[in-house]
Amino acid sequence: MVNWANFISQCFNGLVLGALLALISSGLTIIYGTLGVLNLAHGAMFMLGGYAGWVAYTYSGSFLVAVAAGSLFVMLVGIVVERLIIRHFYTRPHEDQLLVTFGLSIVFVEAVRFFFGSLSKMVPPPGPLVGITPLGFMMYPTYRLALLGIVAVALLALYFVLYRTRIGMIVRAGIEDSVMVDSLGIDVYKIFMLVFGIGAMAAGFAGIVNAPVVSIAPDVGEAILVQTFVVVVIGGVGSFPGAILGGLIAGQIISITSMFNPGYAYIMLFVAMTLVLVLRPYGLLGAAGRE
Amino acid sequence: MTSDNRKLTNLSRRTLIQGGLSVAGGVILPAGLFPVHAAGQTAIGTWPEGSKGDTVNIGAAVPRTGAYAVQGEDELKGWQLAVEHINTNHELMKKLAPKINNGVNGKKVNLLAADSAAKPNQAVQEQQTFINQNKIILMTGSTSSAVAVALNKFAQREKVLYVAAISGSNDTTGKDCVRYGFRQNFYGETAANAIGPQLVKAYGKNRKAAFMTPDYTYGHTVTKSVNDYLTEKGGWTQVTNQVSPLGTQDFSQYLTNIANSGAEFIINVNWGRDAVLSVQQAKQFGLTPAMKMVIPYQIPFLAKEAGPELMEGVFAATDYWWTLEDKYPLAKMFNEAFVKKFGYRPEWGAENAYVSFAHWARMVTEAGSFYPPDVIKQYEKGETIPSLLGDVRYRPEDHQCIRPVVIVRGKAVKDMKNKEDFWEVLEVLPGEPLMQKPDAFGCKLGDYT
Repeated sequence: MVNWANFISQCFNGLVLGALLALISSGLTIIYGTLGVLNLAHGAMFMLGGYAGWVAYTYSGSFLVAVAAGSLFVMLVGIVVERLIIRHFYTRPHEDQLLVTFGLSIVFVEAVRFFFGSLSKMVPPPGPLVGITPLGFMMYPTYRLALLGIVAVALLALYFVLYRTRIGMIVRAGIEDSVMVDSLGIDVYKIFMLVFGIGAMAAGFAGIVNAPVVSIAPDVGEAILVQTFVVVVIGGVGSFPGAILGGLIAGQIISITSMFNPGYAYIMLFVAMTLVLVLRPYGLLGAAGRE
Repeated sequence: MTSDNRKLTNLSRRTLIQGGLSVAGGVILPAGLFPVHAAGQTAIGTWPEGSKGDTVNIGAAVPRTGAYAVQGEDELKGWQLAVEHINTNHELMKKLAPKINNGVNGKKVNLLAADSAAKPNQAVQEQQTFINQNKIILMTGSTSSAVAVALNKFAQREKVLYVAAISGSNDTTGKDCVRYGFRQNFYGETAANAIGPQLVKAYGKNRKAAFMTPDYTYGHTVTKSVNDYLTEKGGWTQVTNQVSPLGTQDFSQYLTNIANSGAEFIINVNWGRDAVLSVQQAKQFGLTPAMKMVIPYQIPFLAKEAGPELMEGVFAATDYWWTLEDKYPLAKMFNEAFVKKFGYRPEWGAENAYVSFAHWARMVTEAGSFYPPDVIKQYEKGETIPSLLGDVRYRPEDHQCIRPVVIVRGKAVKDMKNKEDFWEVLEVLPGEPLMQKPDAFGCKLGDYT
């Protein structure tokens, strides 16, 4: 099955998967870069976005409402969690931060299981995006094609916020040196709250736009979290462009390896991560010295 | 320390010789080392500790999270209902295990459950904890044959009985069979020999099939059995076999390979959530209905989760489907009791769970003993006993229940009489002709003690 048609199809699969991973990873990487907190609840937030969107879809029947609800709800959850819990952990050891975010992820997943059960829920794509689009060399699900555009727009919006606004400038400065930003008289903790909210929203948005591709279940964020960490390590911790590059590379590695033997897809992904860690420990686009 | 030293120094030659003789005697007559119980039985596993009180414990390691969580919950409900029925002399349980008397052998039965997440090491650890803390006298749980195989070996090592929950691998009562393990449900070989003729009859000979296989013992053995049948009896060709890890969410890479393989059929061996997602995504990629989907080992709740539209016309082999209540009175009793307690019609995970406990209760009460070798020998008599689908019996050679396999086909939405009427039963095939010879898969049961 190693032929051009299959190769191009797999590249497409990799692009869609990579774009999604890039979006989720960008949220994780800006949270870690700015706050220094490795958020193990990020996968659970991806899942929460899917469920919040599904509830909104069930009541409204509108995919747009679902996307808005999924994103905003998880942003709100992010802000509340940051205010109530995470901020108490900024000065505590990393192990404590890992434990508390891991604990939060269990709480989120089990709460969803309690209220909604384990049966999968499907959010159908919006009407015009249902079906298959012939691309000449292959047939491809229309919604998956659209997902590329949707994610690209979301990443552009995130880029605009981070690189073209005053808040974004402070966030980027915070990633480099949050103590210095604080000493300049900027309320860095307010920025932390905002960053956590935006990072969570990126996961929530990804969770709902991915729901028509992979139906949601309470565990849906678990597998994606592992891949997201790999992407962040490959791209460089704290680097927004790194998350995008890492996501696209991870997507291609998984897809192209699958063409030869799917059993090796994740092995190759981890081989790539190991190579990056050996040759460039701070990631492809990361900066040395960042924590 | 001082006192120990004094004891050592005070050891006389006479005491030493006496002690040495005792040890030597013990080695020659091992029974002498252990307390002897009724009929000369020595302590084994959790026996007799586990059955000394007025309650006996059963440990279930069942997936309540992960890709098999939905099916695990259904199983758990089946066990809960069975335990309740054993403890209350329910009419149905009385028919399956006539000698129960508000419990078994004068003891109430208590079910303990822990989440295995379908992971073998987690399941074994949990059962070890149950053995240590609760002296369980029976283990159950799987929904992944990897767990079933691990618990089989653990049961043999610990000398505590194990009845498999859902486990489709040929290995469970094949090369990984054990003296202490039993399986009630159908499996890869019987599924293949049941559904194979249907496929050849419906679709003809010399067709091309793509297989989707989860990467562990269940997937590999079911795929092999089905492929062997279709190749040998139907002249079918396996054009690709897409092997995916348990818990895969995005099947696009696998489906793309299938799209480029020239297959006419997708034989989807994936299970649990993996099956739901692969079925949904095969539709998204436009592979189905142009390619026909076949589910050789049916998954409880698949039609409910993936939607009946995607299951229309799909052939599947299964252990049980609730509409069989029209032909089997015990199935009707079971459905009614289950619906009354849980509010929905049971799928085959619950049926297998219930029946496997009922059969255990029967064996224990017929043997009149909790001593594991007695219970095992009761199973090994191979007596014909009732199940929800007529009479069955356990093969003494591999501890596999000889039981029917049900062939179903997905109904069109317009033909569904209610919201749970997903499958039409085509045939209920007797189990024995579908099974391999007891030693064909290398079963060696091991010791009783």
